[in-house]
Amino acid sequence: MEYELVMGLETHIELSTNTKIFCSCTTEFGGEPNTHCCPICIGLPGTMPKLNREVVKYAIMVGLATNCDIAEIAKMDRKNYVYPDLPKAYQISEYDMPICEHGHIELSNGRKIGLTRIHIEEDAGKLIHDRGQTFIDYNRGGVPLIEIVSEPDFRSVEEAIEYLERLQLIVKYIGVSDCKMQEGSMRCDVNVSVRPVGVKEFGIRTEIKNMNSFTNISRAVKYEMQRQIDLIENGEKVVQETRRFDDVLGVTESMRGKEDAHDYRYFREPDLVTIKTTKEEINAIKDSLPELPDKRLARYIKDYGLSEVDARLIVKYKRVADFFELSTKGLKSYKSCSNLILSLIFSKLDSDSEKEEFNIKVTAEDMNELLNLLESGKITNNIAKRALEDMLNTGKNVKDILSDDDLKGLDENELKSICDQAVKSNPLAVKDYLAGKEKAVKALIGFVMKTTKGRADARTAEKFIIDMIKK
Amino acid sequence: MISKIQKLLKTKQIKCCELTEKYLTEIKNKNNDLTAYVNVTSEMAIDQAMAVDEKIANGEDIDALDGIPMTLKDNISTKDVETTCCSNILKGYKPIYDASVWTKLKNGGSVLLGKANMDEFAMGSSCETSCFGGAKNPHNYNHVAGGSSGGVASAVGAGLAVYGLGSDTGGSIRQPASFCGLVGLKPTYGSVSRYGLIAYASSLDQIGPIASSVEDAAIVYDEIAFKDSMDSTCRGKSEDTVSHLNDSIDNLKIGIAGEYFESVDAEVNRSIKDALKVYENLGAKIVDISLPSIGYALPVYYIIACAEASSNLGRYDGIRYGFRADDYQGFHEMICKTRSEGFGEEVKRRILLGTYVLSSGYYDAYYKKAQSLRGSIVYGFNKAFENCDVILAPTVPMTAFKCGVTSKDPVKTYQTDICTVPVNIAGLPAVSIPCGFGKNDLPIGMQLIGPKFTESKLLCIANKFEQATDRCFFKQVEGGVNL
Repeated sequence: MEYELVMGLETHIELSTNTKIFCSCTTEFGGEPNTHCCPICIGLPGTMPKLNREVVKYAIMVGLATNCDIAEIAKMDRKNYVYPDLPKAYQISEYDMPICEHGHIELSNGRKIGLTRIHIEEDAGKLIHDRGQTFIDYNRGGVPLIEIVSEPDFRSVEEAIEYLERLQLIVKYIGVSDCKMQEGSMRCDVNVSVRPVGVKEFGIRTEIKNMNSFTNISRAVKYEMQRQIDLIENGEKVVQETRRFDDVLGVTESMRGKEDAHDYRYFREPDLVTIKTTKEEINAIKDSLPELPDKRLARYIKDYGLSEVDARLIVKYKRVADFFELSTKGLKSYKSCSNLILSLIFSKLDSDSEKEEFNIKVTAEDMNELLNLLESGKITNNIAKRALEDMLNTGKNVKDILSDDDLKGLDENELKSICDQAVKSNPLAVKDYLAGKEKAVKALIGFVMKTTKGRADARTAEKFIIDMIKK
Repeated sequence: MISKIQKLLKTKQIKCCELTEKYLTEIKNKNNDLTAYVNVTSEMAIDQAMAVDEKIANGEDIDALDGIPMTLKDNISTKDVETTCCSNILKGYKPIYDASVWTKLKNGGSVLLGKANMDEFAMGSSCETSCFGGAKNPHNYNHVAGGSSGGVASAVGAGLAVYGLGSDTGGSIRQPASFCGLVGLKPTYGSVSRYGLIAYASSLDQIGPIASSVEDAAIVYDEIAFKDSMDSTCRGKSEDTVSHLNDSIDNLKIGIAGEYFESVDAEVNRSIKDALKVYENLGAKIVDISLPSIGYALPVYYIIACAEASSNLGRYDGIRYGFRADDYQGFHEMICKTRSEGFGEEVKRRILLGTYVLSSGYYDAYYKKAQSLRGSIVYGFNKAFENCDVILAPTVPMTAFKCGVTSKDPVKTYQTDICTVPVNIAGLPAVSIPCGFGKNDLPIGMQLIGPKFTESKLLCIANKFEQATDRCFFKQVEGGVNL
């Protein structure tokens, strides 16, 4: 029988507000253990939470960017459970009145993945196991999180990964989180079930907790899907339970069954008042949202004439796209910029995260100046490339790199005379060319480029040289 | 008392240090028998007193509570001073911050004599669930001071402090004030900051004063009721109360609800009726009102309070502070043993009750129903206040219990809270004032209940009674500081 995957995602994203959700401690990642803490975030007796309104704003921004309805009235609840990293023995979260509901994210195949809700909550601390002892670091405790719950709308792992990439990009574009999976600022719980193709009812689902990379999500879901199919095929039943993924063995294993499921005993947090957000405030947040990645992509393709592949590569990294925006200011053509970024600049940035960081020595203003010179014909493509290479290596600005010669350009007669010189002083290459070795012309072009220090346009030079030889 | 001491200090008839020493000496003499204090902070008190004396010597102006020796219930956090809630589980816990009310008073030059006894985590009506043993009633040592703020009432009643701050979740300020013949004000929910008050039931808890006159209670309330950014539910007082103490009470309508008198002892009933006559003589009109919804108050209170407590007390796991069991293997056993050994019976009972009413499958039948009935009680009071300005009721149906009886029947003890809990459920202000004596010289109290944020009116009406009866229901006990 053929089976279909039914999958949903719960995504936790740490928000990059300066301070924690209920106190004024820093949210900075790392730091000596227990140095980003205060009586409130370690839950000392008698302390009370004080809601950071910036967190509400950030959550609303994500909600608006993912087509959610925003609640004018929301509240916070206590989720009670005992774990050493949770100093109050409850997490302040939102249970039945979340801040955002009913959103969606559209995938490239046209399918819309429904977002059930987005709510705000506090993160817990971290346990550190070392030489048989357990230590607790509460620095992360109280860092604001949003939990984005999707509908069980995914039918393939690829859809889920695309959804996560899109979500990640949206969040990065609006600047509310760095969404680094490796640092835990984005983590996922995955709900997986299978059903025979054509069947409407959902199968029994399992939940795989705390996935921290796309690769692992993909591996875990594929494994879990097959495990469930095998069970069903063998006439056994899938048990509703929470599982964890062992990334060394590549298998999922049971963490706790349904009967051991936590009873969180949710009730309203009496120490906080209702979260009220007016329509005007919501509209103001909406107006302040930056351009979202999908819109930018469409603009690059339609208005800037970039190919879809190039446009996607640029939009994929917010900093690259912002650099591209600034660098092309006032220009007529966008292509030379995207070409230079994708070829020259990207060749210096190996990994995905380096592109993400986009730590280069060239400012967008300098790039813009360079592109202006190129567009106005004051320099050739070759010189532009050479200059950019220099700029990337040294951090010098355009003016310091380009010599007077570079900027002088080359008139046709001068180029012809240099080409003539090339032909005359390289009889061997000419002979080879005439004998059918077309590549031999490269040596002649090389001569021209060397002599002109790159000011010559290679194609024009080639044309002149061939004409001369054939005469 | 407070203004009298202020005058003595300002006119340099007494030094704050001398005054403080007097109190510390009396505490030494009497506290062994009373157990009003669980921790006496002599050194800190003397330091505070010296600072006040210096201020006065320098001719600086002093604030209303500058130099007044006082006490705090042991659930109000005091930096570097052990704060235990009279529970073994918090033994040795020294907060690293001050409760907002204490920050205010400390900066204002208050002299903290020590931390006062209380029922463990404020759960109890006799002060006897305290891990230190209960505080005794200064009027009769065979009887309890009441609870849960029994230590404060015992100390103030015995002349071992000028006033004290307690907390009232279901009557814990008013009941001991009534038992000890004192004034106890439970302010409107949200008028005094709870930041630093170790929570029992967060939606009901409120800090307030226990004092030996209405004026003293008013002076203290004016100091402690302020908007505090550390407590989102707190917006401070609506107006000053001291300046309104002598307002006119013309056209005053006092509501009497039969529901409050259903199981009240005869001697208490008689005292309240006498008090009504006093008000009638002052020109007040007595109107009969009906508050049927308060019949639900007790179960609603015990469900909501226990539910919140079960969550609030979850943090005592032995990991970060306080008591930790000695012998355990692994995290789970450490928590189990720590909590089993660290909490007393009553606290455990309420944690279990609260956990139960919040559990899935029982939530709708208990917690949810209690929340909706809470709404009915609020509505009932709102309706009642359409026909009267204040409601007068007994504070407790009886006088102070004999020592040792309350632990025997918890449900019967819960029932004695019948008159005090409705106010907490509705978030209203109420002041208990002495209005008589029953057998064995035990004081009787009555409470005045008003709409939210009407403390100034309530205290004014209470003050009228105190003046009209010439403070005859305040009885100085032997010993203690007498000025």
